[in-house]
Amino acid sequence: MMQPLEGSQALARAVALCRPQVVAAYPITPQTHIVENISKLVADGVLNCEFVSVESEFSAASVVLGAAAAGSRAYTATASQGILLMNEVLYNIAGSRIPLVLTCANRAVSSPLSIWNDQQDSMAVRDAGWIQLYCADNQEAVDTTIQAFRIAEATELPVMVCVDGFTLTHTLEGIDIPEVAEVDAFLPPFEFGRKLDPRNPKSLGTLLSPDFYPEARHSHHMALEKAQAVIEQVDADFAAAIGRRSGGLLTVEGPEDARIGILTLGSVIGTFREAAEEGTDLPAAKLIKLRSFRPFPVEALKAAVAGLTDLIVVERALSPGAGGIVGAEVRAAMSELADAPRVHNVALGLGGRDIPMSSYAELLALAERDAPLRFAVFDADLNKLPEEDR
Amino acid sequence: MTTETHIDIAELRKKQPRFNAIDSGHRACLGCGQALGARLVGEAVGPDIIVANATGCLEIFTTPWPESAWRVPWMHSLFENAGAIASGIEAAMRAQGKSTKVVAMGGDGSTFDIGFQALSGMLEREHNVLYVCYDNEAYMNTGVQRSSSTPHAAMTNTSPPGKARMGKRHLKKDIVQIIAAHHTPYAATASVAYPSDLRKKIRRAMEIEGPTFIQIHAPCPLGWGHEGHESIEVERLAVQTGLFPLVELERGELTGVMPIRQQVPVTEYLKRQQRFRHLFAKGDSRAAEELEHIQALADHNIEVYGLRGEGVDRFDTEGSDTVHRGGQRWA
Amino acid sequence: MSLIEIRIHGRGGQGNVVAANLLAMAAFEIGRHGQAFPNFGAERRGAPVMAFVRVADAPIKRRCQVLRPAYLIIQDDALLHVPGTTDGLLDGGGILINSPRTPEQLGLGGVPNVVTLGASQLAKEHLGRPVPNTALLAAFLSLTGLFPTEALTNVLGNKFKGAVLENNTRLIHEAAAAVPAGLWLKENAA
Repeated sequence: MMQPLEGSQALARAVALCRPQVVAAYPITPQTHIVENISKLVADGVLNCEFVSVESEFSAASVVLGAAAAGSRAYTATASQGILLMNEVLYNIAGSRIPLVLTCANRAVSSPLSIWNDQQDSMAVRDAGWIQLYCADNQEAVDTTIQAFRIAEATELPVMVCVDGFTLTHTLEGIDIPEVAEVDAFLPPFEFGRKLDPRNPKSLGTLLSPDFYPEARHSHHMALEKAQAVIEQVDADFAAAIGRRSGGLLTVEGPEDARIGILTLGSVIGTFREAAEEGTDLPAAKLIKLRSFRPFPVEALKAAVAGLTDLIVVERALSPGAGGIVGAEVRAAMSELADAPRVHNVALGLGGRDIPMSSYAELLALAERDAPLRFAVFDADLNKLPEEDR
Repeated sequence: MTTETHIDIAELRKKQPRFNAIDSGHRACLGCGQALGARLVGEAVGPDIIVANATGCLEIFTTPWPESAWRVPWMHSLFENAGAIASGIEAAMRAQGKSTKVVAMGGDGSTFDIGFQALSGMLEREHNVLYVCYDNEAYMNTGVQRSSSTPHAAMTNTSPPGKARMGKRHLKKDIVQIIAAHHTPYAATASVAYPSDLRKKIRRAMEIEGPTFIQIHAPCPLGWGHEGHESIEVERLAVQTGLFPLVELERGELTGVMPIRQQVPVTEYLKRQQRFRHLFAKGDSRAAEELEHIQALADHNIEVYGLRGEGVDRFDTEGSDTVHRGGQRWA
Repeated sequence: MSLIEIRIHGRGGQGNVVAANLLAMAAFEIGRHGQAFPNFGAERRGAPVMAFVRVADAPIKRRCQVLRPAYLIIQDDALLHVPGTTDGLLDGGGILINSPRTPEQLGLGGVPNVVTLGASQLAKEHLGRPVPNTALLAAFLSLTGLFPTEALTNVLGNKFKGAVLENNTRLIHEAAAAVPAGLWLKENAA
């Protein structure tokens, strides 16, 4: 049943439905409401789990790592500086192939200090070896969180569910929370074959010499590649069980004959959907919602851009000195196509800058350029900068 | 009628069930104090444990993939998170309703320095974990660099003596007191030169529901600069000089010490180790001054902990762990 | 009903986000869709803050700030002096202000569709605390006819019980009656 809930409240309930045995977290804006709500569910006896209030994000990640290695379903949430502090553990979790789920309430990274939404934080840890799924709205955030445990446990890979901080976490909207029985049927109890068990002792996290290290890395890479099929399958299974899809690896919407595409990650697509509906005088465009950034769905993306002349890649982060992160990867994937669209790449809404409806038309206008736009911080007002910094 | 009974001691020993968490065949250096310490801990902790091991020599020399010296479930994650990994495993055991005890292990670098925050958090949250610190007083795994456990005036590769310096300038961190200040139910120091005392303390810690901590002083022939076969002799002197007092603290209160009946001058300990050789340079007034400082530190320990023992005491630094005092050999 | 956008201005600690959430939740009570979010900030108590509400018949997808509100709810008349408070109000849009003074006394005599209500005083009488948000929401629903005040009492009924709920319900009825019902009804289409 759909009910009005704040995103974080809904996420906490989704997590509780997954019956985690250990939750560890350290508070950071805008993740706080998620773990506060989980703490309340624990305090009220709704959720029976070990809630560990740790002394840092580094320990939050370590606690869930230890817990999952010992065979318990484990969950944590963080954002921004917190995820950077976790960075070393994130690599360790993924390299050890430990299944667990983390919500990243996406936020900008300091300095300058900004508590507001962009996706620099999760982008900064994109190479840690985690699955990364981006959510367009709070319903997707709820559904993806439940799917994430299935995906993690099927692939023995950790899953990061990326949810735009504030824009989703602090927004109240209509959200359906699945029934307990539905989730129980969809998500069986966690059985970890390599768990730490005195009756069957194993050593986990050993030293690898150059004789074995490249093979371990290859195996990790292949596990993520193979996870593409699992992500699609779990989304389909979720649809069969609960009746909704979250968008597999990516989705394409809009007129079939559109020649312009806009690719986005996260919640900004909602604004663009309504702008497209209202902007009847605007050129037709397809909206490509990239849900899975890791693994990066090269083949699905190649199919999605078929017939496009211009693809505008909108991202909420950048790699200073290089430009767009998603844009660079999209261009690399496009290089395998004979008739690839031109790629325009912009960063938008950094550090919580509002992305108004009008930005949709401005983005579409990029297709009229003689040369594709390699990269720009699209909504930066250069007049605010001294001449030499423009 | 009498029957002669012949007991083949060697055969009997073979039949004795003797569990050890850590097996032979690992790759530690000759005379490694940490390997000996881990073996003694491994004998005392029993099979129903899970080990969380910080990065360091112990982790490296016991688990060169695809081999492992561990007979218990063992996990290594990172250098600075053994306390948190152990917390997570313990939370999982609690969630699963299991009584399996979690034992965290780390060196002085991962305990005193980089992993201190995670350890402090583990203690404050009262996880049911025994944390064992093998203290060899420097970053030996990376080739002997100073840690906050390195004793004053010791030479390491990042605290070398020279015209302007006499080795490490700062004092060794008093970790056991810091641990005790967390209201920890049981925190103790032990030495690999006193195996039965060490095992007794491990067993005591294992019996306690809650966080416990044992700091085990463990010589490193490479880092301290002595021969491998001298490890136990040198280590014994660390205790007998008063430089490494063996104490037990329960919820912050001193509840036990190993008495020193005949205090040995610190020079007897220091002169056996290359890391202190600059303190014996002839004609260097700074050396004499530093020796006085170190003697004062030992005297201070003896005074603070009341280590001075009198008469014959089978638990003292001379008597403990020796057969001729009898009775407590396998305590 | 097409999309209606509302902006609520208040001060940190005045229950701005709560007000926005209550209004959006009330929309669901009558089978409509609502969306509410704060102008996320790091503001401390007393600082000027904003929250946004959208109400529509279909799920609301846009997530941008409300730049062109049909209505403004202002929880503290002093905020009228903060630049930008009334920016973007649609032509014919209404402004509801928590103030014991009249629009004329506030210097808004010439501005159309301004209504004031001494909501803090009302709340103090009924709840013992000068928290103006529920009274303002009740007045807002009464003025606009957007949905019946029962939608609001139902939402409160999900959160509170006993005396707290009773006091709030009395407050809602009194606040609703204190403004001209249906005054802004025509502007619903705005």
